[in-house]
Amino acid sequence: MDMTYIPAVPEIVLACLAMALLMAGVFGLERGRTVSWLCVVSLAVTLLLVLAGGTDRVVGLGGLFVTEGFAAYVKVLVLLGSAFAIVMSLTFNERESLDRFEFPIVILFATLGMLMMVSANDLIALYLGLELQSLSLYVLAAFRRDTLRSSEAGLKYFVLGALSSGMLLYGCSMVYGFVGATGFDAIAAAVGEGDEPSLGLVVGLVFLLAGLCFKVSAAPFHMWTPDVYEGAPTPVTALFSVAPKIAALALFVRVLMEPFGDLVDKWQQIIIMVAILSMTIGAFTAIAQENIKRLMAYSSIGHVGYALVGVATATEEGVRAVLIYLAIYLFMNIGVFACILAMRQNGNAVENIADLAGFSKSRPLVAGVFAALMFSMAGIPPLAGFFGKFYVFMAAVNAGLVPLAVFGVLASVVGCYYYLRIVKVMYFDEAIEEMDRPLPSEIGIVAGLSAAVVVLFVIVPWTITDFAGTAANTLFAG
Amino acid sequence: MNSGVGLLSIVTFLPLVGVLAILLLCRGTGEDAIRNARMAALWTSLTTFVVSLFLWFKFDPGTAEFQFVEHVEWLPEFNIAYRMGIDGISLFFVLLSTFLTPICILSSWTAVQVRVKEYMIAFLALETLMVGMFCALDLVVFYIFFEGVLIPMFLIIGVWGGARRIYAAFKFFLFTLLGSVLMLLALLMVYLEVGSTGIVEALAYSFAPDLQIWLWIAFFASFAVKIPMWPVHTWLPDAHVEAPTAGSVILAGVLLKMGGYGFIRFSLPMFPEASDFFTPLIFVLSCVAVIYTSLVALAQEDMKKLIAYSSVAHMGFVTIGIFTATNQGIAGAIFQMLSHGIVSAALFLCVGVVYDRLHTREIARYGGLVHRMPAYAAVFMVFTLASVGLPGTSGFVGEFLVLLGAFEVNTWVCFLAATGVILGAAYMLYLYRRVIFGKLERAELQTMLDLNPREIAVFAPLVVLVLWMGIYPSSFLDPIQMSVQNLVDQHQAAMHAVGEAAAVAAKGH
Repeated sequence: MDMTYIPAVPEIVLACLAMALLMAGVFGLERGRTVSWLCVVSLAVTLLLVLAGGTDRVVGLGGLFVTEGFAAYVKVLVLLGSAFAIVMSLTFNERESLDRFEFPIVILFATLGMLMMVSANDLIALYLGLELQSLSLYVLAAFRRDTLRSSEAGLKYFVLGALSSGMLLYGCSMVYGFVGATGFDAIAAAVGEGDEPSLGLVVGLVFLLAGLCFKVSAAPFHMWTPDVYEGAPTPVTALFSVAPKIAALALFVRVLMEPFGDLVDKWQQIIIMVAILSMTIGAFTAIAQENIKRLMAYSSIGHVGYALVGVATATEEGVRAVLIYLAIYLFMNIGVFACILAMRQNGNAVENIADLAGFSKSRPLVAGVFAALMFSMAGIPPLAGFFGKFYVFMAAVNAGLVPLAVFGVLASVVGCYYYLRIVKVMYFDEAIEEMDRPLPSEIGIVAGLSAAVVVLFVIVPWTITDFAGTAANTLFAG
Repeated sequence: MNSGVGLLSIVTFLPLVGVLAILLLCRGTGEDAIRNARMAALWTSLTTFVVSLFLWFKFDPGTAEFQFVEHVEWLPEFNIAYRMGIDGISLFFVLLSTFLTPICILSSWTAVQVRVKEYMIAFLALETLMVGMFCALDLVVFYIFFEGVLIPMFLIIGVWGGARRIYAAFKFFLFTLLGSVLMLLALLMVYLEVGSTGIVEALAYSFAPDLQIWLWIAFFASFAVKIPMWPVHTWLPDAHVEAPTAGSVILAGVLLKMGGYGFIRFSLPMFPEASDFFTPLIFVLSCVAVIYTSLVALAQEDMKKLIAYSSVAHMGFVTIGIFTATNQGIAGAIFQMLSHGIVSAALFLCVGVVYDRLHTREIARYGGLVHRMPAYAAVFMVFTLASVGLPGTSGFVGEFLVLLGAFEVNTWVCFLAATGVILGAAYMLYLYRRVIFGKLERAELQTMLDLNPREIAVFAPLVVLVLWMGIYPSSFLDPIQMSVQNLVDQHQAAMHAVGEAAAVAAKGH
């Protein structure tokens, strides 16, 4: 057993920085904005350390912890997502009098949990990371504790999250019981040995998958998502929609490809069903939504469905497609939430789609960005969202999952309708009430950045796809 | 292999330079900014047109190879590259797009008063996407341009359209998208079979017969909606009626041609056996389209709707011509598309002229315009007769060639299509009589003004082209000829090979 802690250096540094900032907050730094910026700096430092770690596969901490190109790629996305969420919360929190120093620090701890999930090489490590992440997120969901909806969101998330953790743990214990080990390498070896896996192991795997589906909000375990998205403060929703999703999907990929890679004919059908359900529910239920955050919740359920199409292929190409999808998804979602944060009337945040009427006249630039992001989410070329779907469907067709791909593209047409509806409200309807000016500069920068990524991706696609290729390759090489 | 960027890319992306200019230079919302935006759009599109004329001058009609070929690595690990090139089939579609865009911009000079800058940007972006689609020699690049067209067109219909514009915009978008996504999967299948997304490579590959059937259906789903064929044509009347005049012009002039172009470029040469298998289906659907939509057109009360249904009927001719797989049929189909691109665009502009003055498209509100607007009546007559297919106008050549091709293959199809010509004459002349002739009775018509200089500038090149194409079609048919001949030869060779294989198999038993 190699007890080296080198691969975990970014996580260790982030943990230390987070605790130091917590102390600083308690004993002096009262201003939320300063702490927030320090938190962003901490995330940036961690990001640099992750990049410095390289793409070779290194196992550390006695086999509990693994890092390779795949983990590094996902960690970069997670860190970016968290940093963007903190930046976007700055002005919002001040306006809504939520600017407490704990806010960004809790995000740091959640991020730490996500990084640990991504690098978990053992069921116990997996659970530790997952719970650190989840507990921090429960707090964040309920951060606006004096409003009913936020408290409700936190409580709902907690109760359902605890249930899913229970299922996951139950699955872990089943796996442990039938394999006799919790390490991924040992499970992989045990699974690869026999001809037919024992029923108990498969049942354990199913419970494990159910728990993970909960965390990525894949149907039929998606019920918590709309309520939590709607109730949580908007920057928290922005965080929910990217960083934990990306981390949990990476965990999904690792668990399925590494320890249970030889059980592909057992879990593939489950993933296909989950993907189909998610795409369908995401597409159809979003149509009737009036609240934009709820709409984004259903939209994210649909997007998870598309990403799972890539997982279902169980090929390196599929994993690569998932990784590309996640990167594009990150930028699209962050941009959309920046636009949602720009929706304020008479000093209050508004969340109804109808409030966007005439947005294109009062704020042409933001509306243009918003429209581009919506077309991108709908998967219309030449915007980046098209390429996310393109790679996923290419992998699916290549792996012989043509019916799944057909289903996916048809669902995307249905999904197109509600993205178009937002464009319609912004461009075709007349304004009832104008949006406030001016926009906080950091929101404008985040929105502009994401729009640039979405629009320019077509010119320089290799900036993302090459890294994703390397990352997927390191997962399968190990 | 990187052969750099050449004339085709310049033609394709020049309009985007105009977009940037409008975005960066025309700040503010004042009268000056709006005028500058209009001028910038007009000059950009005119320049693009002039540059695109060089394609015609430099085009070598003696070869069926792709010309002006460009190749830039894009996603090398997937063998997806930015490949561009044109042959005789695509040459005139490129010119049609660059020709109609300045006309559209000029025609909406005064008709569009709200969000002028955005309007101009949408049209220039649309031009880039249309030209790029006809030039693309890579399946993925083709798809990106093909589908990207939806975004500006959705906005054009939705923002500057009529009363039911939202319904029309959604219907247009979702109908076409539904067809296209199936084609996307087919493109992926083609890519996995061929190992490259180059159209040249895909054309040279012979697909297994079973696979051909499925791929053909998927491509058909996309092109049939786009062209549009009966019974998936229902989005077209709605989109046409609600779109602003220039939107209808582009829709009828270029966007419908994407479907026909797709059939010629992909369905027929890539899947010859499947095309042969499905030819009866195409013929039936096309004949129904020709006769049924002509009858529907007869009953219309709205001018734009009438012309929209006539488009469906004319496109029925095009699909018949393509799937006769004969030299005359395909050349006729291409010519018919070009002719229809100009004639229907001009007819929509004619409707736009009176709509700008009276703000209604109801036929019954007009009558006797010839007394107040003689020049308009003359122009309208030229295009009406061209639409009918009078010899000497562009409409005749295409229809005649198509009927010739159809006669070789199936006399019944030819007979039914020919009845469509008669019905076409009926509804167009009936429209013309009701709008132009008769007594000038209504008070509001008494004050109508004839064409102003700007409108004459819009119509003059269209009239010239219609007559030129009708009187001396060779200048257009000659460059097309080699490519079409090559296409037909390839098709016959493929069918011959199939026939021999079947004979061998029969002997084996």
